[in-house]
Amino acid sequence: MKGGVSVSKDIIATIKENVIQGRKTQEDVGIDDSLAGTAGVVELTQQALGKNISPQVIITDGLTAGMQVVGERFSTKEYFIPDMLASAEAVGAAMDIMKPALESANVETKGKFAIATVKGDIHDIGKNIVAILLKGSGYEVHDLGIDVPTEKVVEFVREEKPGYLGLSALLTTTMTEMGVVIKALEENKLRSSVKVLIGGAAVSEEFAQEIGADAYCVDAFDAVRVLEGY
Amino acid sequence: MPREGILVDRPYERLTREQVELIHQVSMQILTDPGLISFNREAVDILHSHGAAVESIAGDHQSWQVKIPEQLVLKALDTAPRIVKLGARNPDNTLIMHGDEPRVYFITGSETNIWLDVDFPIYVSKADPTREIRVPEFKPRRGTVDDLCQSAHVCEHLEMADGYIRTVNIQDRDITEDNKDVNKFFASLNNNTKHFMSGLTSLKQLDNVVRMAELVAGGKKALEDNPIISFITCLVKSPLQFVDDTTATFIEVCRRGLPVAVSSSPQAGTTAPIKEAGIIAQINAEVLAGITLGQLVKPGTPVLYGSVPVRARMDTLGDSYGSVETSQYNIDCVQMARFYGIPNYSTSGVCDTKIPGQQSSIERLFSDIVVAMSGPQYLHCAFGLLDCNSVFCLLQAVLDDAHFKMIKFFLRQPRIDQPEMEAVLKQIRAVVTTPQKLYIGYIRPLLRSGEISGIYPFEGSGETDDVFELAYERMKELLARPVEHIDRETTSRIFEEIPGILPRLNIYERGS
Amino acid sequence: MPEDIISLIQESVIQGRITKDDEGMDEGMIGQPGVTELVERAPASGLSIQNIITKGLSGGMNIVGQKFEAGEYFIPDMLASAEAVSAAMKILQPRFAASNIKTKGTIIVATVKDDLHDIGKNIVSILLRGAGYTVKDLGNNIDTQVIVDAVREEKPQFLGLSALLTSTMARMADVIQMLEENGLRDQVKIIVGGAPVSEEFAKSIGADGYGADGFQAIAVVEDLASGTES
Repeated sequence: MKGGVSVSKDIIATIKENVIQGRKTQEDVGIDDSLAGTAGVVELTQQALGKNISPQVIITDGLTAGMQVVGERFSTKEYFIPDMLASAEAVGAAMDIMKPALESANVETKGKFAIATVKGDIHDIGKNIVAILLKGSGYEVHDLGIDVPTEKVVEFVREEKPGYLGLSALLTTTMTEMGVVIKALEENKLRSSVKVLIGGAAVSEEFAQEIGADAYCVDAFDAVRVLEGY
Repeated sequence: MPREGILVDRPYERLTREQVELIHQVSMQILTDPGLISFNREAVDILHSHGAAVESIAGDHQSWQVKIPEQLVLKALDTAPRIVKLGARNPDNTLIMHGDEPRVYFITGSETNIWLDVDFPIYVSKADPTREIRVPEFKPRRGTVDDLCQSAHVCEHLEMADGYIRTVNIQDRDITEDNKDVNKFFASLNNNTKHFMSGLTSLKQLDNVVRMAELVAGGKKALEDNPIISFITCLVKSPLQFVDDTTATFIEVCRRGLPVAVSSSPQAGTTAPIKEAGIIAQINAEVLAGITLGQLVKPGTPVLYGSVPVRARMDTLGDSYGSVETSQYNIDCVQMARFYGIPNYSTSGVCDTKIPGQQSSIERLFSDIVVAMSGPQYLHCAFGLLDCNSVFCLLQAVLDDAHFKMIKFFLRQPRIDQPEMEAVLKQIRAVVTTPQKLYIGYIRPLLRSGEISGIYPFEGSGETDDVFELAYERMKELLARPVEHIDRETTSRIFEEIPGILPRLNIYERGS
Repeated sequence: MPEDIISLIQESVIQGRITKDDEGMDEGMIGQPGVTELVERAPASGLSIQNIITKGLSGGMNIVGQKFEAGEYFIPDMLASAEAVSAAMKILQPRFAASNIKTKGTIIVATVKDDLHDIGKNIVSILLRGAGYTVKDLGNNIDTQVIVDAVREEKPQFLGLSALLTSTMARMADVIQMLEENGLRDQVKIIVGGAPVSEEFAKSIGADGYGADGFQAIAVVEDLASGTES
């Protein structure tokens, strides 16, 4: 039994270390090459599940603990966004693997988050980064894609009942579509069921207030911060 | 007489001939594998009918994989004009661009959402209440059509601005997607007699803005001879995708034979490889794909090789125009365009910071100098632009004009030849025999010839930095100086024929 | 006819033309008489020396001064005009005794011991001559004793001392001290100038005036001459 505890501790600690290194699989190099060739977050998570370690422990002591260190390193400027994204992607992949286990164990995710770039706008870098980071932070992310028609967004909110909706627009010409989406949600009596967050280069705090969004996010981290505040 | 810009006889180039050819080869390989993804059906049909391999891709948005063979690109490069003329309301402001010549024209630009006002409130010292200082304060607000008129007006009088790209997105309550184009074109053309380049918000408005340009130029034929307007279309979304609506606009502009900049703006690190070799090979493939499409639509249509590469910031993954690599990428693109003999549309001077000051001066001046040294032809050098293209400050534009004057002066060719050296020798021998041994007397003939550069025009006195205040005075002076508006008769024809222009823009009907 | 010559002299001063071979400011002047040819010819047409100097030469220099103030003229223009006046004065000098005319005063200028810089001193000399002073230029790297001897023998109203180096500016104080020791200090007004020199320094060594540049030197000398500077 003692051996079992230490083995599980070892695996969790290694998962955490690999999250910090941003190594999704054993193919990944990571920040330095100290872990090269060894198992990454994906393989380790599978091993952990195989040893019956509870998903809750994997998440709290492995994934989230790792992401916390990544966040600290980012704020001290030791890490850059590409590092952060690699770690978030590793966490996201682990979450995918644990999905069935989480469901059967009745563990709730932090919440359901739908995200879309509005109609007429085909820019997706920002949206994708937000999706990766939120997934890595433990949210269940549904990416509706780019150039998404308003009806499709409304339908998704009605059917899937996400707690949060993120809308993205990069162009001065398409940002007004965000207002159209919010109006359509109101008309369909869905507005109060979902918090609407908006972002994108052209958008501002002032604009968010004007169209009646719940929040404006300057960047992906801001989105995470805003959600944690709810 | 057209504007001269400045010829950079010995341009700064980073790539050897072998490296240029290698990039060309790899770009050709990219265009055949993986090729481009087109979300625009018409582009696919055009390219397919000329021999490009096309394959449909399943997905939410219909798209096609298009593989463009090298000979199609080479044929397009053959029909694309080597010389592009950009006309102007005032023919003295015409720009003639030779694709193989390293020349620089300094152009304003581009569309920003935020207009930055400046004010100089007075502060009193806590330690010594008799001591007051004026401190510049910048206040952002949403841009309006009046702002656009002001900016066009001041840029008309900025000596170094060789052409005008609208600087501010008009967001008045009465501006909609349907009337934005006609208003931005009219506001710009009516307050500025230099060449006007713009993007198009709505394809439906293309015929209206072209008709407006015909009326201003004096008819269809007159506009052909003197294309006072040109377009810029970002038909490519990096990596390697033709966007549906901008590609449709591009095709229509090409059909009308008006000059058009084919522009691509990959971000190194996210939508293009971060390494110089990678982003240059990719952007070159993207621009060549656009040029190829344009030449297939209408062979001989005048195009500019538009390159707006930028490096990603590592802390936000936003654009970093202030980064050193951004200038390197731009200079490489200048060289690629010159290799193909197609005039380049390049970018410099966009800074990362939000307000005028030390950082904006350093970032913009650095890229302005190095990119201008490469001789890019049409240089979008960001008069007044801040915050990576999202803020425009008229005061900054006035400041920029002063430093472009220095750059232009710096780029002049040295005059060293036999007669010059003989004169110099004579001068030296004469002066050393005089008791005072001064060359001052020889300055005089040059003093007013423009051969001696001036001092910085916004130099303050004593221990205070008065640059902003002096530039602000200059800005007000330029605003007070009249501009040559479109005449009354043409104006009323424009208002009769073209729907949607705001009545308040008609200067002849104001107050009545 | 005499009036014409006065205005021609004025004009040639404004143009900064010493002889008929000089270019001057405007085009097509070469070949027309310069200030020296005009001044030589002037007495023959009945003009008094007094008029040539005050109306012609000084009148011309006044206009040059105005143009400089207005930013129309630069220093090289001013110097060319001053040199023209100086050349004219040289021609007129032998006739001064006969006409009972005095120059505005005599000034000795020198760059102090161990300092070889003379551009500033030379410019001041040219400008002072152009303003109607008799200038005796001792040169550069001048021994303190030589300067004191010159003051004793020439009895100038003014002494101008120049130094460009922080290491040599102290020599100015040496000159003043030796003049005091020799009982000569009260006979002469001393102005100092040069890059490292300041108003404060001038006061600290007991000089009468400080000129930040050539023009200020003239102004200081003029003020000292009219006694407005205490």
